Amino acid sequence: MVDMTTRLGSMVLPNPVMTASGCAANGQELHRFFPVSELGAFVTKTVMAQPRSGRGTPRMAETASGMLNSIGLQGPGIDAFVEKDLAWLRSTGARALVSIAGNTAEEFGDVAAALAASPAYDAVVGVEVNISCPNVANRGLVFACDALSSERVVRLVRERLPAQTPIFAKLTPDVTDIVTIAHAALKAGADGLTMINTLLGMVIDTDRLRPQLAGITGGLSGPAVRPVAVRALWQVTAAMREGRLPTAPLIGVGGVRTGRDALELVAAGAFAVQVGTATFNDPCAPRRVVDELEAEVARHGFSRFADVVGIAHERTARR
Amino acid sequence: MSGVVQVAGELIATRRVGAYSHLTLVAPGVAELAHPGQFVALAVGGPTSANLLRRCFSIHKVKPSGTYGGTVDVVVAAHGPGTVWLTGLRPHDPVDVVGPLGRPFPLPAEPVPCVLVGGGYGSAPLFWLAEALQARGCRVEMVLGAASEDRLFGVVEARRTADGVTVTTDDGSSGRRGWVSDVLGDVIDRTSAGVVYGCGPMAMLRSVTDIATAHGAVAQVAVEESMACGVGVCMTCVMPVTGNDGVTRMVRSCVEGPVFRGDRVRWDAFTDGIGSVPDDALGAPRAGGH
Repeated sequence: MVDMTTRLGSMVLPNPVMTASGCAANGQELHRFFPVSELGAFVTKTVMAQPRSGRGTPRMAETASGMLNSIGLQGPGIDAFVEKDLAWLRSTGARALVSIAGNTAEEFGDVAAALAASPAYDAVVGVEVNISCPNVANRGLVFACDALSSERVVRLVRERLPAQTPIFAKLTPDVTDIVTIAHAALKAGADGLTMINTLLGMVIDTDRLRPQLAGITGGLSGPAVRPVAVRALWQVTAAMREGRLPTAPLIGVGGVRTGRDALELVAAGAFAVQVGTATFNDPCAPRRVVDELEAEVARHGFSRFADVVGIAHERTARR
Repeated sequence: MSGVVQVAGELIATRRVGAYSHLTLVAPGVAELAHPGQFVALAVGGPTSANLLRRCFSIHKVKPSGTYGGTVDVVVAAHGPGTVWLTGLRPHDPVDVVGPLGRPFPLPAEPVPCVLVGGGYGSAPLFWLAEALQARGCRVEMVLGAASEDRLFGVVEARRTADGVTVTTDDGSSGRRGWVSDVLGDVIDRTSAGVVYGCGPMAMLRSVTDIATAHGAVAQVAVEESMACGVGVCMTCVMPVTGNDGVTRMVRSCVEGPVFRGDRVRWDAFTDGIGSVPDDALGAPRAGGH
């Protein structure tokens, strides 16, 4: 038996596997395949203040071991979300990690405040601040590309949430130095970081010789981006271990399809792992990865999941 | 959302039908839950496939039990890496099946005459639908159209099942030269049809809707939007549809469709392969987009 408990600051979860925001809707669809309460946490689709239609179609393009999406943060708005989706998640006993976003830094704060005021708030184990979705009007110029913007958003969210609610800033790898952005988010009051969001990409339809997505560009996800996630987790964990960054828990996300994939992110420094695009291939993938990751930890002779977190930093060959 | 299963299925038969492949899969549990108009989502390329997205196919027919257990039949046109992989499978190869998915064709409460219109292999679910309608006492006529004879699907089965069949091809290689829309109005009038069911390309479904409405019938159409997951989580297969409250929303064709009342679909949003968000849709982008 492996103790799969993971501690991300004040957030203690029975296992380290989560859905990834935007890859699992808000739970009811996947609940037909497995009880969502069996995951360490359920990460909801990013919600903003108002209902939002998202973009036109085509919204997706399959790529080698991945896909581009250009959904455009379609969602019901925070009021309908807390009334229907969060209330439903609470009724299942799921632990919700709620992903929020705003068109402006102030909107992030308003969404956080509305969430905190909702009757179902006791189902919320944490808030993920999506400062890195590439599918917004200014495309690649997301909040998380700029240290000052990242800091301002996180600070406003921190002010509007109860102190005991941990917040995780979700970062993009599409930056020159992710450690700088990580530092800004942590300095502004983030309790941890989620890495990575999708990478900005583009596909040309070679029959029509025009962009395949109606939104022109989209976010690249799937196993193709896993090495980028491992690299980002590695760099930020290394900076923490060297004292260049405050120590804080990381949530790894990017291209996890199996327990072995999850183990890679964990060994690089992730205290928890989200399963995203693989869910489109296998609706049971998040639940399956819980068991597969436990088997991987046992295979290496560990009795506690926590002992494997960041282990690759200790085992790096020295020359 | 209705009952659905994910099963490790197995191909037991595959045969060429004109330009298409007709696959029979053992998929225990799917047949018992399925109704005409629903679909299955098949994983392609095996467990380490570089093609992650499921391919969705309207269910052609089901058998709840047989020598191998419950089976599901689908019709596949090989035009991309996923469909090429599926049509290259051999009997006893494994296929991961999720289904049944989506909302089925609604059946009329009264035994009204119905016309079933299929474009290309879009006709796949109509034979099963025809039997369900006939069991309710409905007279069923079918109109099948395609670019050419090899792209028609199920003409023999249609003649066996339906009370009347009209065939059209663009090139005149079978039946009447022209489109299904050239003949549909007359068929509706002749049969006094109350409901027209349509399945095929979007442009055809739009004209089926227009003609049905003009001739006093209700159109129920099963749409073909590209889907990544088929189960309602990816939000890629959305289209603008107007609800009972008069509000247009970008709805998922996999869970709220694939069957919609034709007159509720905002056909005006579709041009040149792009499905745009109507300005009056709930949460539509303001100037500058989002």
